[in-house]
Amino acid sequence: MATVAQPAEHAVTEHAETSTGLPSTKLAIWLFLASDCLLFGALISTYVLYRNASTVGPFPSDVFDIPYTSVSSFVLLASSLTMVLALAALQRGDVARSRVWLLATAMLGLTFVGGQVYEFTTFVEEGLGLSTNMFGTSFYVLTGFHGAHVTVGILMLLTLVALSFGGRITPEGSESVELVGLYWHFVDIVWIAIFTIVYLIPTNPPAAGG
Amino acid sequence: MASVSVPAERPKGLLRRPTATSGFWAWFTTVDHKKIGILYGITAFAFFLVGGTEALLIRVQLARPDQDILNTAVYNELFTMHGVTMVFLVVMPLSAAFFNYLLPLMIGARDVAFPRLNAFSYWAFLFAGIFIYSSWFLGGAPNGGWFGYAPNSVVDPTRGMTFYAIGLLIAGIASTVSAFNLAVTIINMRAPGMTLFRMPVFVWMGLVVQLLLAFSLPVITIGLVELLFDRLFGTHFFDPATGGNPVLWQHLFWLFGHPEVYILILPAMGIVSEILPVFSRKPLFGYQFVVFSGIAIGFIGFGVWAHHMFAVGLGPVANTAFGVSTMIIAIPTGVKIFNWMGTMWNGDLRFTTPMLFSVGFIAMFVIGGLSGVTHAIVPSDYQQTDTYYIVAHFHYVLFGGAILGLFGGLYYWWPKVFGRMLSETVGKVVFWLMLIGFNLTFGPMHVLGLQGMPRRIQSYPDSLGLSFWNLVSTIGAFTIAVSVLIFVVSAIASFRRPKEMENDPWDARTVEWLTTSPPPDHNFDEIPVVHSLDELWHRKYAETEGGRVVPVAAGGSGDPAHGLADEHGAGEHDGGHAIHLPGPSYYPLIAALGLPVLGYGLIFGVGYVVAGFAITLAGLFGWILEPSAE
Repeated sequence: MATVAQPAEHAVTEHAETSTGLPSTKLAIWLFLASDCLLFGALISTYVLYRNASTVGPFPSDVFDIPYTSVSSFVLLASSLTMVLALAALQRGDVARSRVWLLATAMLGLTFVGGQVYEFTTFVEEGLGLSTNMFGTSFYVLTGFHGAHVTVGILMLLTLVALSFGGRITPEGSESVELVGLYWHFVDIVWIAIFTIVYLIPTNPPAAGG
Repeated sequence: MASVSVPAERPKGLLRRPTATSGFWAWFTTVDHKKIGILYGITAFAFFLVGGTEALLIRVQLARPDQDILNTAVYNELFTMHGVTMVFLVVMPLSAAFFNYLLPLMIGARDVAFPRLNAFSYWAFLFAGIFIYSSWFLGGAPNGGWFGYAPNSVVDPTRGMTFYAIGLLIAGIASTVSAFNLAVTIINMRAPGMTLFRMPVFVWMGLVVQLLLAFSLPVITIGLVELLFDRLFGTHFFDPATGGNPVLWQHLFWLFGHPEVYILILPAMGIVSEILPVFSRKPLFGYQFVVFSGIAIGFIGFGVWAHHMFAVGLGPVANTAFGVSTMIIAIPTGVKIFNWMGTMWNGDLRFTTPMLFSVGFIAMFVIGGLSGVTHAIVPSDYQQTDTYYIVAHFHYVLFGGAILGLFGGLYYWWPKVFGRMLSETVGKVVFWLMLIGFNLTFGPMHVLGLQGMPRRIQSYPDSLGLSFWNLVSTIGAFTIAVSVLIFVVSAIASFRRPKEMENDPWDARTVEWLTTSPPPDHNFDEIPVVHSLDELWHRKYAETEGGRVVPVAAGGSGDPAHGLADEHGAGEHDGGHAIHLPGPSYYPLIAALGLPVLGYGLIFGVGYVVAGFAITLAGLFGWILEPSAE
């Protein structure tokens, strides 16, 4: 431990070094992300269990538009790049540039969520409701849960932008941007898993008579 | 209090930051881990009395054959609420009370890593409890068992299981947030010199429990969300008619539910590991083994869940694998038992009340552990499952284990928290009555179970020959109730005694006794520098060449780095008045208040959902914008 050899008088200062040297907030967000993996893990397991269980259509192959979802996935992944640029700009001391990139990240996220809303509407029009079959049940809850995560991320990004106008986001205090960034990248990575498992791996063609 | 330095007035923030740290209203805005610990303790104990009353009603109904004091619907609600209450609203928060109060003190910290988040956890837990209990008045309490098996929990026409799902989701948020907070506190807030292997075992068990919570609660969260969607929005997760699988619920529930068992018992194991060395005047035998066994229990605990499902029909391979992993988890548990006995062996034993509870814990836990091993054997479990034998088993580990351990902790740390001793004489009466009552209540259930009495039945005919042991069990339950009542009276009476206790009444070994009892707001006038395991003991005693323990002369061991909570330490730091502590805040309470409102909205209309969201968001934004005193 880094602090073992630390003299006593340092320990009583107001902002004592942490035992690991890592900021507590960062440790907490990593723990949260690890825990969140199990939330998605349980949902993805449910989806995998039920992917061939629907007895009536529409089935995944009837409704999925892979090129469309690929584009919106690309938009979401691109937002990870702008997130990195936002943090890098802030650490360089360029608050204004950082704000632009944060806003761009939020807009890309919003495009993804908008695309998801459009996709859901299309699916519903094609006859796939939440309670139509096992596919509808497990698909909407899994992807909707991810969409809710993205929405929370957008809210946090916009909050950061608003705070930056109040002078509360400074190069010295770039940690809050870094933490939101960790969350944002996590949500992107989870989408890679969901996109692969839900959209790209084909389901068995429904057997006659279910 | 002077120790809180109020930040310079700044116009930002929705509400003025509260400043009072004493008085009635301060309890609503406090972020002090000690006050929050006390709040957790009082709330959990109140729920303990409620859950105990539910148990007594069950025992009254079962006292004689062919009784109809409670009808079947009410009986179902009572056993469900008894289980939900005791697991989620008593043992978990009572453990949280000990963790909150003691972890920072034991690692030499001034508070937890995130004090406002800690307050949020408490309020969310309290509201979850109130939310679940409000179901009695709003359309019926949960009635599908604490395990809420689908599809019964989905198709039940009353609102009970909706309250169950939402209430446990809120409680889950509280526990998860608290788990992150306390885990980070232990990892990151240790005093200089407090390396991981100088931490008291209780702190280690705290760390393992927080990680178990962080990784098991998400799984039940998804299970509860799916249950809620099935009940409210017409999804088919657990509906076999459309291809859904009710066994999925069992997997999700027990993948959480078995780590949960260790979440309930490890805190008590930690408490006992602190008490036994103090009253044996010996270091804990095999400290590393106890710690690593706790970690091993934490890991293996994630790989045994299907032993709750042997009768489901998972097939011989799955059943064998989970039977074997269940037997394996008995090994680290057994290691701990031998370590505790090794600690007492040849010790200078003092049978104070905390010590009696700890020894009682070991004995009762061994009985419960052994009956547990019998269900790891699959064919044997086929006979026992869903009988009173199972009820006997888990009450031996959860009451004989967790509750006796927690009572030991209450007696041991009461003087630390309140600066007054609980009566030792009365304490011994409480212990013996509780131990006898406990064995009278749950011992006969082994016999009843092996005779074939099924769980969760509201009555039984006299001709089955179950009447005698059921009556004994009911008499035992009332004996426990008497012992708890005596404890309550004795606890209240302790406040009428003068606060003239010394700071270290038990001659303890760990650093929480280094500061005053009760501790000041800032915990330590000067943060202790830790040089060894059992730091306080080594400051008080040295060992001669012959191996005899002799007291060190007053004022510390002569090493200047050792002196701290003594007079010059306090003087130097102005009694801690210059120490900067986080200020109290309204926002944790506000953010938590939105959760039950949102929950009622899911049942009673979308307007409340919007209101609940708005309240929580307002709380969170106020929180972010609050002028920092932290």
